[in-house]
Amino acid sequence: MLEVTHLQKLYRTAETSFEALRDVHFTVAPGEFVCLVGPSGSGKTTLLKCMAGLMKPTSGTVRVADKAVAGPPEGLALVFQEYGRSLFPWLRIAENVELPLKELKIPGKERGARVAEALAHVGLENSARSYPWQLSGGMQQRVAIARAIAYRPDVLLMDEPFAAVDAQTRADLEDLVREIWRDLKITTLFVTHDIDEAVYLAERVIVLSSTPTIVQREMIIDLPSERDQLSTRALPRFSELRHDLYAEIQKAKTHSALTLTA
Amino acid sequence: MKAAQSILHTLALPVVLVATWWVVSFDSTNVYFPSLQRILQAFPATWLDGGMESRLVVDGFASVWRLLVGFVVATVIAVALGTLIGLLPRVRAYCEPTLELFRAIPGPVLVPIIGLFAGIGDTMKIIVVLLGCLWPILLNTVEGVRAVDSVMIDTAKSYRLSPRRRIVKLILPAASPQILAGMRQGLSVGIILMVISEMFAATNGLGFTVVQFQRNFALPEMWTGIIVLGLLGLVASVFFQIFESRSLRWYTGMRRAARDA
Amino acid sequence: MSNRLDTLPTFEVRVNTSALSRRRFRARGRATNTLLGCAGLLTVALIAQFLAPLGIVRAQDLPPTTVILAAFIDLLGEATMWMAVYDTIYVWAIGLVVASVAGIVVGVLLGSSEPLRRATSSTVEFLRPIPSVALVPLVVLVFGPRYESALVLVIYAAFWQVLVQTVYGVADVDPVVADTARSYRFSRWGVMRYVIWPTALPFVMTGIRLAATVALVLTVTAQLIIGTPGLGQSIALAESGGANARMYALVLITGLLGLAVNIVVRLVEKRVLAWHMSFRKDASE
Repeated sequence: MLEVTHLQKLYRTAETSFEALRDVHFTVAPGEFVCLVGPSGSGKTTLLKCMAGLMKPTSGTVRVADKAVAGPPEGLALVFQEYGRSLFPWLRIAENVELPLKELKIPGKERGARVAEALAHVGLENSARSYPWQLSGGMQQRVAIARAIAYRPDVLLMDEPFAAVDAQTRADLEDLVREIWRDLKITTLFVTHDIDEAVYLAERVIVLSSTPTIVQREMIIDLPSERDQLSTRALPRFSELRHDLYAEIQKAKTHSALTLTA
Repeated sequence: MKAAQSILHTLALPVVLVATWWVVSFDSTNVYFPSLQRILQAFPATWLDGGMESRLVVDGFASVWRLLVGFVVATVIAVALGTLIGLLPRVRAYCEPTLELFRAIPGPVLVPIIGLFAGIGDTMKIIVVLLGCLWPILLNTVEGVRAVDSVMIDTAKSYRLSPRRRIVKLILPAASPQILAGMRQGLSVGIILMVISEMFAATNGLGFTVVQFQRNFALPEMWTGIIVLGLLGLVASVFFQIFESRSLRWYTGMRRAARDA
Repeated sequence: MSNRLDTLPTFEVRVNTSALSRRRFRARGRATNTLLGCAGLLTVALIAQFLAPLGIVRAQDLPPTTVILAAFIDLLGEATMWMAVYDTIYVWAIGLVVASVAGIVVGVLLGSSEPLRRATSSTVEFLRPIPSVALVPLVVLVFGPRYESALVLVIYAAFWQVLVQTVYGVADVDPVVADTARSYRFSRWGVMRYVIWPTALPFVMTGIRLAATVALVLTVTAQLIIGTPGLGQSIALAESGGANARMYALVLITGLLGLAVNIVVRLVEKRVLAWHMSFRKDASE
């Protein structure tokens, strides 16, 4: 569903260049939930922007639903970390969710039904007529998620979506994302720097190295698919995976394409 | 109770000031500063006599028409041009020094120049008002458009919003607080230029009428004219404020929410 | 381990050079922008040059650019023109200073007292939008074509800009900061000096910046309409004498003066606020 093939990104200036991505290569199967983790400064944002078609890679390709990405692809929805800056404050909640659907030329009646359904899914059916700034941070991020699922994307990209909300809200939102993934079978790629979050959410974790970035390791998360905050996190296997991933990230802090391929 | 208090606050000082004016000027013998009583006595005969033919209707309409047409056309041109310039860095670099120079030319000196091309009729005055209003709105629009949040732009791109929808649903609303600030500046410049162009050369309009009174040494009448001009400025400002608070309800709400948080 | 030692320094170097070249890149971008800007001015000059020869406008209405520039150069050699520039700056500067001082004093007074602010806000809102040009007939009668006429108009118009911004800035003081200052028993003067003034300063500067533009507009207006000495009067004279190239050249000079005013005021604002920023940083350390 999502194929990233030998992606390289050089930031070129007049005399020198800075290599953010060296050779990033991975795929995400249809209906899979993958978390992308890496130390800070590991080119996660660059990679995400290349996948979302907001930035052109220097070489390599990204394919979404078997179509090469050149510019923002069809069937891809992006949820940003900065919820406050991704919702339009002059539009009501329902209008924010509806706006991308208008671009898809969906008839009004169906639009309304999709908006209502998406808002119900994130538990905000009563806030349709509010403005984003009237809601808490966690609720605003729910709106951004509702906007994404009403769009019915093939691929859902989430860029550290819960980094700016408090711990309790974060746990609720993690469960919400799992539930949406299970119900709607949307292929999901979730970027995070939080190790616990990655293990709790994903079916598979991709670990990125420092810049110039390559994929350092992929880990299968073989936890039961029914997860909840208390029992899943208490499983011995959870601790093992968490431990492994932690060690891997520590390694990634000093590893890059230069050390790993040398 | 609260409403009564706020009415008291609003009216107390103006009433005191008007009363002071009344008392101080009551037995004024200074020709330039007639008593308020005489000014108010002169008011109805000067402005209201003749129903639809009265000065307030005829001259007031002429002035307001010039102001309104110039202001509205200037807004349309400035917002369209400003959006274009704000979105295209190369165009901005090309236009910026020229715009800076034209903006720096004080509006009133345009009056004789426009007079060369458009004579002294309505067209001249409308163009003068238009050119005066244009710069503050244009420059504010450019700034507003440039300052649109990058995450919002990425959001619009990633949902593949068409350029037209991106401008209507994102760029213009995001820039609207700044555009309206520019319009507010433009409106006060526009009123000044409307009056000046009428004082400089005209056959009707409020500015023309007031200068006529002055030339004929009709002092109380001239004072009523100053009051009418003041009221015009006030009414324009009130209307604009209503328009502004309606269009920016989301913005004031957002700012209040941010402040309370 | 040795690997790590190898890679880390190179990484550092890369970042540094890229930051450096980015600066160089930006400098190059600025050069392109300057070129583009000059091209823009040149375009306008070229269009104005050929509008009359092509018969689109009459030559007396818009003389070709070269003719205007010739008149411009002639003017630079005329003492009367420099006198007019001096007169214009003189009235503008005095008017702006008086209006700013008055605006700041009254603004701080009104802004720092909630009841006073509430009692006066309607009056301010009432008087502010009154176009100062409404006073033109009055000053013509009282002062005639003298400096005082222009000064009254300039001060009236500029005063409100400074006043409103100052009130806004003073009222913007964070109540927590004000309470803190009070709890440390700052004197009234101390609160004013260390809390209110630094907070209000950026607003005050905005007010002065707006006032500077408005002051120039009204200085020129008075010269044009009432005939007080200065560039506006020269323009009116050139116009009535049919010396249109001269009139355009004078308008250009007025525009350049306006440009100079904008640049100077922006520099002053930057200077004052830069000091203000470092002052604030010192205070917070």
